[in-house]
Amino acid sequence: MRKAIAVARKEFRQIVRDRRTLMTLLFVPAFFLLLYGYALNFDIRHVRLGVDDRDHTAASRSIVSAFVNSGYFDLVAAVDEASTTALMNRNEVRAVVVLPRGLSRALLTGRRVPVQVLINGDNANTATTVVSYASTILQSESAKYRSDPDPSVSVHPLLTAEPRVWYNPQLRSALFLVPGLIAYIAMITAVVSTALSVAREKEMGTMEQVRMAPLDAGSFVVGKSIPYFVVSLVSALGIIIVAMALFQLPMRGSWTTLLLALSLFLVGALGLGLFISSISESQQVAFQLALLASFLPTLMLSGFIFPIASMPAALRAVTYAVPARYFLIALRGIVLKGAGVGTFWVELVALALYAALMLALAAVRLRRQWS
Amino acid sequence: MTNGVRPMTAASGGADLRVGPPHAISVRDLTRRFGGFVAVDRLTFDVRHGEIFGFLGSNGAGKSTTIRMLCGLLVPTSGTALVDGVDVMQDPEAVKRRIGYMSQRFSLYEQLTVDQNIRFFAGIYGLRGAALERRRRFAIEIAGLDGRERTRAADLAGGWRQRLALGCAILHEPAIVFLDEPTGGVDPISRRQFWQLIDRLSASGVTVLVTTHYLDEAEHCHRLAIIHAGKLAALGSTDDLKRVFSDRAIVEIQAPNPVEAMRTLDRLDDVEKTSLFGTAVHAVLKSARPDAVDALRRELVAAAIPAQAVTLVQPSLEDVFLDVVDRQGARA
Repeated sequence: MRKAIAVARKEFRQIVRDRRTLMTLLFVPAFFLLLYGYALNFDIRHVRLGVDDRDHTAASRSIVSAFVNSGYFDLVAAVDEASTTALMNRNEVRAVVVLPRGLSRALLTGRRVPVQVLINGDNANTATTVVSYASTILQSESAKYRSDPDPSVSVHPLLTAEPRVWYNPQLRSALFLVPGLIAYIAMITAVVSTALSVAREKEMGTMEQVRMAPLDAGSFVVGKSIPYFVVSLVSALGIIIVAMALFQLPMRGSWTTLLLALSLFLVGALGLGLFISSISESQQVAFQLALLASFLPTLMLSGFIFPIASMPAALRAVTYAVPARYFLIALRGIVLKGAGVGTFWVELVALALYAALMLALAAVRLRRQWS
Repeated sequence: MTNGVRPMTAASGGADLRVGPPHAISVRDLTRRFGGFVAVDRLTFDVRHGEIFGFLGSNGAGKSTTIRMLCGLLVPTSGTALVDGVDVMQDPEAVKRRIGYMSQRFSLYEQLTVDQNIRFFAGIYGLRGAALERRRRFAIEIAGLDGRERTRAADLAGGWRQRLALGCAILHEPAIVFLDEPTGGVDPISRRQFWQLIDRLSASGVTVLVTTHYLDEAEHCHRLAIIHAGKLAALGSTDDLKRVFSDRAIVEIQAPNPVEAMRTLDRLDDVEKTSLFGTAVHAVLKSARPDAVDALRRELVAAAIPAQAVTLVQPSLEDVFLDVVDRQGARA
């Protein structure tokens, strides 16, 4: 243990001495969060709208105002049949509402009237969202008019949905994405920085000198992990605080549980980094392996963006080996739901197992190289 | 391999009733293969306590592989090696506690200061308290870095880094020190200072096994092993080794066109072989007859080779090395 501390102290001094690495570890993650946090946004606003009003009545104008007042659409042009195609092609408008002649009269006499909504479908995701915005707006407009001229017939639908979205009532995608980003950024920084540390010693030749000493691989691994653990914990807490300040990420659970989950997750990431370091002979190889092993699985297979439940079975099986999967469940549980350990202890156990496995692999692998 | 007086291979074995191992290092039939390639081939030798023992050989001769096996870093394919009485196969960790190791890479942590490097290596050797302080001072003193404890290792010139690396490698007062081409890339003055350190270690009873391909450095060693193609080609003190030429003579010829001179010399019956030494040619004669030089001079005149000087010279270590390697090659 005393020897592990000697290794840890040396590693700490190296990190602190190496200003560039230290800054990279502490600030790049927060910068990443800003970049991703603002760029990666599934909420759609400011859809450029063209209106082809062929009715010119109070009713048609009311529909146009409903679109504009919804906040999702910006009215940019009044169009007609001739100019629509050109404007859509030039991307000046991304949606067009066509209000047919006779709309007002039809509405007042209770006849059905189709309102055409043209949507640029080059981005299918956006198009789907815009379709649902448009139908919602038209539905609520439609409710103002009676569909049956006979006043004795009730026009109210018998079943109505009254949705209440829990944990994220405004359905802000930031609340869903930011915990994922935290896991993603913490994973990459922790894995990459540790992966470089042993490979650097191999490149510099200090590894050989250390191997000549009566120092066991276990102490070496433990000593190497401690400083990187501290630095990545500080860095991860940094991005969580930035996320709370800038993206209104709530903190509904306890900080202790958060620290516990975060620590387990980071130790696993460090273990992975050390393992990669032990199998790479140069910093370059270590860097590439580390990026590949942390970046892709955490982005694709953790439930960060793509829901695991809708993946094919084979891929779903792979996600069990991705630590971010467990951490995300715990993290979202803690910050969004204020859930206690009882609801995600399985995930914590999985994270602990992953961490133990990775550290053991790294130690075994280094021990084999030791002699 | 006609008149080969193969210099004595160290003899040993035998019962020894003293406490402690009879030899600092004792190697028997040590072999290491990498796939089909035999890097070290049945090496057998002993190193005495407090001796400076040189390993001389060209690159790839198997010097480093041997050292790595002796340090417990590489498992031998066969054979045995006792280092300070400990079998390297059975207890490599115990070997590590007894030895110091330094390679030509002077492996220090460049971002750390002199003092931080010393403290780290002391830490992984388990030194603390008074022992740590005493050895820390010792390392700083031998490196000549008094007052520069806070300098970063990266900012030290080669010679200082080399001596600091040595200091760090012997913090735990090992009985045996392995130096693998310790003077690579260092200026001549620093090399000289470094060898003074090695002499000092040896005088204090530490056994030093050093590999080199600098022949001038090899002269500093008490005994030398010449390694060629993984085999022990010769072993003994420099004087012992030079005795391979006891019944032959070496003649140095200064000629304006040495290559042409060599070609002519090689055709002569008396000449065993020739080699280029700087601008001169060394010819090894098959016999040490007193009139051999005169005979050679006459032959050169007859062959119309202009030679400014033809003189009998004492064999140098380089002559020995080339001769040994040559005959080892012929035997293979």
